[in-house]
Amino acid sequence: MSELNGMNRPSKVRAPRVNDETKGFWDATGEGKLLVKHCNSCGENHFYPRSFCPFCFSDDTEYLETRGRGTIYTYSVMRRTKEPWAIAYVTLDEGPTMMTNLIDCDFDKLEIGQAVKVAFIDTGEGTAVPFFAPV
Amino acid sequence: MSIRGKAFIAGVYEHPLREATGKTVPQLHAEVAKGALEDAGLSKDDIDAYYCAGDVPGLGPLNQAEYMGLNVTQFDSTEVGGSSYVAHVNHAAQAIAMGHCKVALITLAGRPRADAKENYRTRPGGGPPADYAFEAPFRPVVTNMYGMAAMRHMHEYGTTSEQLAWVKVAASHHAQHNEHAMLRNVVTVEDVVNSPMISDPLHRLDCCVMSDGGGAVIVVAPEIAAQLKRPVVKVLGAGEAIKHLNGGKVDLTYSGARWSGPKAFEEAGVTPADIKYASIYDSFTITVVETLEDLGFCAKGEGGKFVADGNLISGVGKLPFNTDGGGLCNNHPTDRGGITKVIEAVRQLRGEAHPKVQVPNCDIALAHGTGGLLGSRMGSATLIMGGADA
Repeated sequence: MSELNGMNRPSKVRAPRVNDETKGFWDATGEGKLLVKHCNSCGENHFYPRSFCPFCFSDDTEYLETRGRGTIYTYSVMRRTKEPWAIAYVTLDEGPTMMTNLIDCDFDKLEIGQAVKVAFIDTGEGTAVPFFAPV
Repeated sequence: MSIRGKAFIAGVYEHPLREATGKTVPQLHAEVAKGALEDAGLSKDDIDAYYCAGDVPGLGPLNQAEYMGLNVTQFDSTEVGGSSYVAHVNHAAQAIAMGHCKVALITLAGRPRADAKENYRTRPGGGPPADYAFEAPFRPVVTNMYGMAAMRHMHEYGTTSEQLAWVKVAASHHAQHNEHAMLRNVVTVEDVVNSPMISDPLHRLDCCVMSDGGGAVIVVAPEIAAQLKRPVVKVLGAGEAIKHLNGGKVDLTYSGARWSGPKAFEEAGVTPADIKYASIYDSFTITVVETLEDLGFCAKGEGGKFVADGNLISGVGKLPFNTDGGGLCNNHPTDRGGITKVIEAVRQLRGEAHPKVQVPNCDIALAHGTGGLLGSRMGSATLIMGGADA
């Protein structure tokens, strides 16, 4: 296990507000699975998950389990605060790019294009929030 | 000119549910949209204008356009309670009559009964947009959301912090002449890049000021304009657009100006080369660089080089910008400076800017507003104006 494991983790993670449209996504996070939505009509994957495909407007969409792997599309480290954090967009191997925070890493060594994997942090309410850490 | 006979209602749909348990508000809006499209025999991608009111969660039409995957270049979020949607038909008809759009979508949806049962309020103005749960845990704030756009622009195009700094330097050269400006000291590129890092790669001096204040604009008919003593400014063209995260096909290297700009130039019948003065929304230095590229003042990716070496300084460079000092030095009233962009452009066209920054023979000017976040979803609006003889 890397010595960076546990570095720059948020001190607390609030449980997301779950609704009927996103329950499937958040339930899966509690099992350590990161899902995107797949459209059975046009074949595109999208994120954040919604009932309607934002590309073809079909309502024939279903969840697709990802490998939880991707690359950093961009990031920005908030420096003017006691506990800096690194917001980022990660492009998943399955296509969609999603917002996240980068953790378990040295903020000064982050790079666009760097390979990352999902690192869930439990909310204590049956869900987990998908953070990412360098591979 | 009137709307009489210029626009048609082609599709309608009324939601069958009277208690929408199990549905979200954005989902209900999408369902009624889909129903009306099917009734009309049109598809989602035919829509080029979107009208909604306060029952849509989020910032006007921004979040809901993203949810539905709409690419619109005309929108309106007039909120006057239940009368909103009737007014929207009028506004859509006006826009169509003017040739600004061809297919306008108007939606209303909500679930107060289901909310009451679930003790969860999503009534107008109350609930979070659909994207909220997937973004809020990661603490997006204004500075890091613009920071991410800047970081990607640097990565793809080699834009440097020094080039971004030139935007602030130019603004400060102008602000020294504005007695009301918050920051009147002229700064250097070194001052900017040596100021404290706020959120990579944006330094404190890459960020606009926070201020109180405000502004107002009066728009009149030609026959009224003809009776007035003060110099008037002619509206020549306008364009607007919403840009969002596009279902996860994210590209932060451009703004909605990519679509609003060409519409405004086409209507005005001018090109970027005709613009003598530009008010460019400057929440951050990167906002200006991306916007200038998207408006066509330089090629995509060349914005850093374009703004360098004083090219935005009045009397020095090719494109004098924000001669009041802009948001970076003058003011950013209530965190939304759009109206100040129009006001300084009007001063320039009237020949009433400060003599030290007044552009000689300023006959055509542009004002551009950016609302929301360059790093996720934004509204973009471009306005081209001329002197009374333009």
